[in-house]
Amino acid sequence: MPATITERPSTKELMLRSNEMRHDIITMLEAAGSGHPGGSLSATDILCALWFSGVMAYDASDPKWPMRDRLILSKGHAAPALYAAFKQVGWVAEEELPTLRHLGSRLAGHPDSRLIPGVEVCSGSLGQGLAISIGIAIGLKIDQERHGGGLPHVWCIVGDGEMQEGSNWESLMFGAHRKLENVTLIVDLNDLQIDGHVSEVNSLGDIDAKLGAFGWDVRHIDGHDLDALVDAFSWARGHTGGPSAIVCDTVKGKGVSFMEDAVNWHGVAPKKDEAERALAELDAARKTIESEA
Amino acid sequence: MADRATRAAFGPTLIELVKEGMDIMAVDADLAGSTTTGQLGAYDPSRLVDVGIAEQDMVGIAAGLALTGRVVFTGSFAAFGTGRCLDQIRNTVCDTNLNVKICPTHSGVTVGEDGATHQALEDIALMRTLPNMRVLVPADYYAAAAAVRLAAKTDGPLYVRMGRFPVPEVYDETFTGGLPFASVVREGTDLTILACGLEVSMAMKAADSLAAQGISAEIIDVFSVKPLDEDVILASAAKTGRVLTCEEHSVLGGMGSAVAELLAEKLPTPMEFVGMRGFGTSAPGDVLLKHYGLDEVGVEAAAKALLAR
Repeated sequence: MPATITERPSTKELMLRSNEMRHDIITMLEAAGSGHPGGSLSATDILCALWFSGVMAYDASDPKWPMRDRLILSKGHAAPALYAAFKQVGWVAEEELPTLRHLGSRLAGHPDSRLIPGVEVCSGSLGQGLAISIGIAIGLKIDQERHGGGLPHVWCIVGDGEMQEGSNWESLMFGAHRKLENVTLIVDLNDLQIDGHVSEVNSLGDIDAKLGAFGWDVRHIDGHDLDALVDAFSWARGHTGGPSAIVCDTVKGKGVSFMEDAVNWHGVAPKKDEAERALAELDAARKTIESEA
Repeated sequence: MADRATRAAFGPTLIELVKEGMDIMAVDADLAGSTTTGQLGAYDPSRLVDVGIAEQDMVGIAAGLALTGRVVFTGSFAAFGTGRCLDQIRNTVCDTNLNVKICPTHSGVTVGEDGATHQALEDIALMRTLPNMRVLVPADYYAAAAAVRLAAKTDGPLYVRMGRFPVPEVYDETFTGGLPFASVVREGTDLTILACGLEVSMAMKAADSLAAQGISAEIIDVFSVKPLDEDVILASAAKTGRVLTCEEHSVLGGMGSAVAELLAEKLPTPMEFVGMRGFGTSAPGDVLLKHYGLDEVGVEAAAKALLAR
């Protein structure tokens, strides 16, 4: 039996985990001196709800467990958020965190599957994760048809700016064409990309309608509401008939006031004093969570 | 046996490998009939994924299938199956070192009448610069079958360059190739002609004509362009002191460039290059080989130019 989470944890527990992830992200980035705080913090609650709600199947004692769900972080620049989750799973040690982006570290700037178990594939060049996810989903379905057993789910996290990559739309067509119920696209809709707000650079328009028109069953939620995230992931895990998409309204830099919705925090690491301010905010937020019932 | 295209060996070899127990899949982009991956699909529909006209999706899906433990071959034409999806090949397939075999067909100028848009002349250059990628250029039907088999049995990414143009047989069914592998298909002493793909046959014809004029050309088939069979190439270059490379590809970055890099480092040797020096155009393949100096006449002329230096 895999060592994983079998009962849905309380919202408070998830909030504390998410707060710890943000704390670790800031610690990593400050030590690295470079990296992507904005998109890491916007995706933190999504990753927290996937890894710690019990919805996503995995074995903490065996990252290569064949029946694991697959997580493809197509927006690979959010790697620090993934590593922060891995720390709580037990796949990254606390003392490794400050080695982010350093020579010889397993914590590369973008996820590298050759360095760290738990990362399924090298990612970071945008617009590739969904095709990979669909290939995995087809392969897993063939395995089930041939050998029986359960059907692992494939979760693909993309940024909203990333949806400007045309390759995604090739993949959306084909995922629906093959009626792949075991793949879910998660869009981190933080409305920021390097050159400005997504809505100003090249608007996605009505992304729900577009995904729906491509044949994906869409839910649109608050990407920082952990209960809503867990509910949506549970829905997607049991979805039948075709692929599902969860569009998550998020705030880039979420959880650190001076990073929130600030384009200049896309790819700049906090300096020591900035990191101290960020960590103080997160510590205060933690005390508030702990004090609540 | 009549001349056969290298692509004709692709589908039948995939079926053979499945029959031998390998978990082989192919992903094509609306060209399954042309590339011959359609034969695998006809044999077992679950083994062919046709994504439609979407080469980036083709490579990404192939990568995903490889991540579920399969050996996956991609298709399309070489012009689209390498260039259009180069980023996917580089960042997903090669960086992750996946068991994806990039095997488009219709490489080179002999695609012919479809013209420059469809004639891949830079695919060897694109593929051989990618870390973890190996490059095989089979000279005939049997070499193509061996290359596909070798790709299936070798872990990690490989590129197999196949064509549509019928080529004479150089080998027979006993040919296995290797990594690295270059074979002396005709011994000689005055100059070395390194050829790959259909240029091996052109070089063989040129060697007959040169022999009639008292010139002894050694012909080597460079089956694996990456890695190069350095020992075989260096031994011949040391023997003849002159090296001509012939490829149905741009002279920039292809097999000739790879050989020049090797010789510059280990054994500087006078060289000439037969290959393309720009886009092709629309005409029958054999007409284009002659027009661009890639036929036996062009090879013979380049050999004489090298000897006259």
